[in-house]
Amino acid sequence: MLSETQNFYIVPSRCIGCQACVQACGECDTHKGTPMIHLEFIDRGDSTQTTPVVCMHCENPTCAQVCPADAIKKTADGVVQSARKPRCIACSNCVLACPFGVPKMKSDFELMMKCDMCYDRTSEGKRPMCATVCPSQALFFGTREEIAALRPRSRAVNEFKFGRELVRTKVSMMVPIGATTEHLDVTAAMEATSTARRVQLNVVTDDSEFDVMTASMFDAEGASR
Amino acid sequence: MNTSIDKLNSNPKPESQKPQWEQDFPIDVEQDNYVARRDFTKFMVLTSFAFVVGQCWIGMENFIRRRRGKPPARAIAMLSQVPVGSALPFAYPGENDPCLLMRRSEAELVAYGQKCTHLSCAVVPKMELGQLLCPCHEGCFDMSNGRPLSGPPRRPLPIITLEVRGGTIYATGVQERTV
Repeated sequence: MLSETQNFYIVPSRCIGCQACVQACGECDTHKGTPMIHLEFIDRGDSTQTTPVVCMHCENPTCAQVCPADAIKKTADGVVQSARKPRCIACSNCVLACPFGVPKMKSDFELMMKCDMCYDRTSEGKRPMCATVCPSQALFFGTREEIAALRPRSRAVNEFKFGRELVRTKVSMMVPIGATTEHLDVTAAMEATSTARRVQLNVVTDDSEFDVMTASMFDAEGASR
Repeated sequence: MNTSIDKLNSNPKPESQKPQWEQDFPIDVEQDNYVARRDFTKFMVLTSFAFVVGQCWIGMENFIRRRRGKPPARAIAMLSQVPVGSALPFAYPGENDPCLLMRRSEAELVAYGQKCTHLSCAVVPKMELGQLLCPCHEGCFDMSNGRPLSGPPRRPLPIITLEVRGGTIYATGVQERTV
């Protein structure tokens, strides 16, 4: 059972792209050789900024909702577990459904594998493997008070809006304290045409001061990965 | 956009308010375990019910068989047609119930069902050995009482009771045995 007070915080602005988390994750015995954390380039054409992507552990996980084989389950402490091997039929529904792009299909094993917040470690009070190795503390596992003291100019966000869906997650993202909540207008992207190697998605803010702001979410390489 | 935020995803409904299919395939581990336990119990109850029905069926079959009574006696052959040390195949009580009549000595006449109790191959009499041999899996039966001696069969052959009246051999009944 996961501790009630401890939680996972991602501070994307602190990520230096060193891949330490990916290496550490891949060394774990429960899924040896297969890292379940992704290191994503935010805008590879213009910036070197990277961000680690772990499972956000949604309150009502879309991956589990779309699973036709009943393979993805959430434990009582809010951790969405990786697909159950005897049940997973490798249909990739969860891969397509996850708004954060977390589940990956391992076609060699015919199994979806995703981050389970190192359940073997965190359920015994230890920190996840990636959080123990991150040299810049872009991945932080601890209490809300600890992160508040450590990052006084940031606040934790765990609500994300994708079109008309509000997704509340267990894992929090640290954003600048004055930043407004933004969400992606995913349905608008269906009509948008991609320019060059880039897909543009509208970012809609709750405040009317920024009505529609355009941000590049994925470069073509990132989208195909 | 703000007003039309879909609350469906942010607020999981209580289990009882969900549609049936969501209740049957819950996302939470505890609820899933509950459903698994419920399905197991359902399986156990239905299986034991099926066993009870099966037992009743067997009992009824037995009752009907007993009501039907013994099959009528039927003449098989003249005593003179079966010399000592020979065997004669016949069918009793029905057309499709092959049996074997064997005369081991002047006075000893025996008859058994011919179907091996292992997989129903026809057994072959070996008069000189006093055995009935099933060639399929080398099963061996004792000719004096029909009990298995070696090989895969574990149950004895059914005995056909015989009666000799005025030089004619009659089959009068079938004695099914389990041990």
